[in-house]
Amino acid sequence: MVLLPDPTSGQNGEGGAFATNIVHFVRLLRASGLRLGPGKAMDAVRAVEVAGIRRRDDLYWTLFSVLVNRRDQRDLFDQAFHIFWRDPKILERMMSLLLPQAEGTAEPSKSNMSQRLRQALLPGQGEARASNEKKEVEIDATLTFSADELLQKKDFADMTAEEMDQAKAAMARIDWPFRPARTRRLQPDARGHRIDLRASLQASLRTGGTIIPLKRKSPGERPPPLVVVCDISGSMSQYSRMFLHFMHALSNDRSRVHSFLFGTRLTNISRMLRQRDVDKALTAVSERVPDWSGGTRIGATLAEFNRLWSRRVLGQGAVVLLLTDGLDREGGEGLPREMERLHKSCHRLIWLNPLLRWDGFEPKAAGIRAILPHVDDFRPVHNLSSIADLAHALSHESDAGNRLKLNLGRLAA
Amino acid sequence: MISRSFALDCKIMSALPESIDAVETLLSRGDYVADRSLATTLFLALKMGRPLFLEGEAGVGKTEIAKVLAATLGRRLVRLQCYEGLDLSSAVYEWNYPRQMLEIRLAEAAGGGDKEALARDLFSPDFLVERPLLQALKPDPAGAPVLLIDELDRTDEPFEAYLLEVLSDFQITIPEIGPIKAAEPPIVIITSNRTREIHDALKRRCLYYWVDYPSAERELAILERKVPGVQKRLSREIVGFVQHLRETELFKLPGVAETIDWTRALAFLDKVSLDPETIDNTLGVLLKYQDDIAKMKGSEAANILRQVQQDMASLGI
Repeated sequence: MVLLPDPTSGQNGEGGAFATNIVHFVRLLRASGLRLGPGKAMDAVRAVEVAGIRRRDDLYWTLFSVLVNRRDQRDLFDQAFHIFWRDPKILERMMSLLLPQAEGTAEPSKSNMSQRLRQALLPGQGEARASNEKKEVEIDATLTFSADELLQKKDFADMTAEEMDQAKAAMARIDWPFRPARTRRLQPDARGHRIDLRASLQASLRTGGTIIPLKRKSPGERPPPLVVVCDISGSMSQYSRMFLHFMHALSNDRSRVHSFLFGTRLTNISRMLRQRDVDKALTAVSERVPDWSGGTRIGATLAEFNRLWSRRVLGQGAVVLLLTDGLDREGGEGLPREMERLHKSCHRLIWLNPLLRWDGFEPKAAGIRAILPHVDDFRPVHNLSSIADLAHALSHESDAGNRLKLNLGRLAA
Repeated sequence: MISRSFALDCKIMSALPESIDAVETLLSRGDYVADRSLATTLFLALKMGRPLFLEGEAGVGKTEIAKVLAATLGRRLVRLQCYEGLDLSSAVYEWNYPRQMLEIRLAEAAGGGDKEALARDLFSPDFLVERPLLQALKPDPAGAPVLLIDELDRTDEPFEAYLLEVLSDFQITIPEIGPIKAAEPPIVIITSNRTREIHDALKRRCLYYWVDYPSAERELAILERKVPGVQKRLSREIVGFVQHLRETELFKLPGVAETIDWTRALAFLDKVSLDPETIDNTLGVLLKYQDDIAKMKGSEAANILRQVQQDMASLGI
């Protein structure tokens, strides 16, 4: 409360220290990843004026009501509020954030402070002014920095934080253009083939019934449901972390995404991934999944998927992304049958395999040979460009056939 | 399935049952053998005026509940079969376009005149074609109808969202006319085969019940009601066999409907007891996937049959 010098000055005088502080507080939240426009800062100042600050919690809830509009922003707001409105040095630190040439020197005071908030409070030290622009990007990227506790739970192989950030930023940028599937629901369309009598007659009333303008409609389109089935066994451990981010990005980008993880058993993580906050989502996932980096039983887990889930999630023309290297502890036992069943139950089955990064990849392992004949498309996913390629492939079906033929040819040879 | 005279008898007693026992008796009068848990949920749904959301595998008798309820209570059954692309004009209401156009022509012939009056007339209830949801809100001398929304999972999410208003307020808003509210809310039964998840917001407004496969005794009772005149021994063998099948890992487990079909099939073949050959020849009545049939055919089916017969022998049947 040190920074609340004199409540009355904030209420009466425009541009008083209090208003400035609120603006800085909004900037802090923005830097920590809340999407707050300049209008929000003005709203916040006005709200505080209207509410009239008598008590600390009044201020808390006043700002909360203006600045928070999603449940998962609550914790971040809470921490930021308590740090900001107590620490007298905060303003200086904020200045250091706003003026990159000045070095931030303070240490984070709270050990359990949100990673993002800490990053927002203490931007990298010793950066040159020239890197001003780059730095802002970095602050953006910290949005999605995954918290340490996640790492303690499982040995995701060593992807450096920098790589992670890059991957995440890139994934957030990718626009997932799934080939829309035609629905039977009709929607207005000036060049449609069907006549929309309801709209026509309603329009005719505008002319008093003398003219009936012909309105038309045609079937609408919407992206098909997407089912991601991801291998988290030991052989995939270098990738599973990135794939989780990938799945999270997908789940939050569009509706009707179902995600499953499998190693020795199958886990449905769709609900957990629907959390907007990536840290929370991944923590929830890691608590739920018992078999990180263990063995693989592709055949058995796919059988479980087919039996328990396929009817529930593969309806309405679903596209399945199968993320696995195809290396199976059980040597592909029962796999051909289950792959065939899976392939027949979905609209399109795309196999994403990180092993394909090697040009000389040959499908020798039994599991790989079992999967190959039953996929519509077959693509590498080991770096960002391959993921961008994937996004492209999902919107252009024609391109897929060639690749498949190529690979099947290789298999036959 | 329910005789005409019986349905007429029931017309008289359209009052809702007053206890869980009464619900059980009611269903059993309609030849539906219900679990106590189902009777309880149904009683609550009727008492609280909440929609009943029934989920379960295909062929466990979800739709039948609504039919039996309508017949035994003597209420009108309004059925909305869902399908992909179901929209307002086939689910709720539609305007009678030919009549509307005729009306416009008549107005023209009469010399144009009042345009606003024409607009009012064209979209009056006279020109309204009612579809199931709207029909269900209409008052009925026998009492509020039973509204069956069948296989809701086949529609898309926008339609579900529309149902929210209908199910919570039992009210439909037609822009040209205004809101239409049910004087007495209909008894709503929603079924889903779970080919996709129904949104939580819709489930929240309903009482939920998972219709499971019946226990052996209940299945036996069902067979007795649905296929009368079958030898006790045969129906016991059938139920034992089907119950065993449900414990194996099949892609599609046989439902009650399949059991009934199979019993009828065996009755047509004049069988008094099961034997491996008959099972092999009629397995297609029970299992509907080639993989499942291939897995069960021959020795596997014979093993199960042997076990069923042993169990029965040990029980002294």
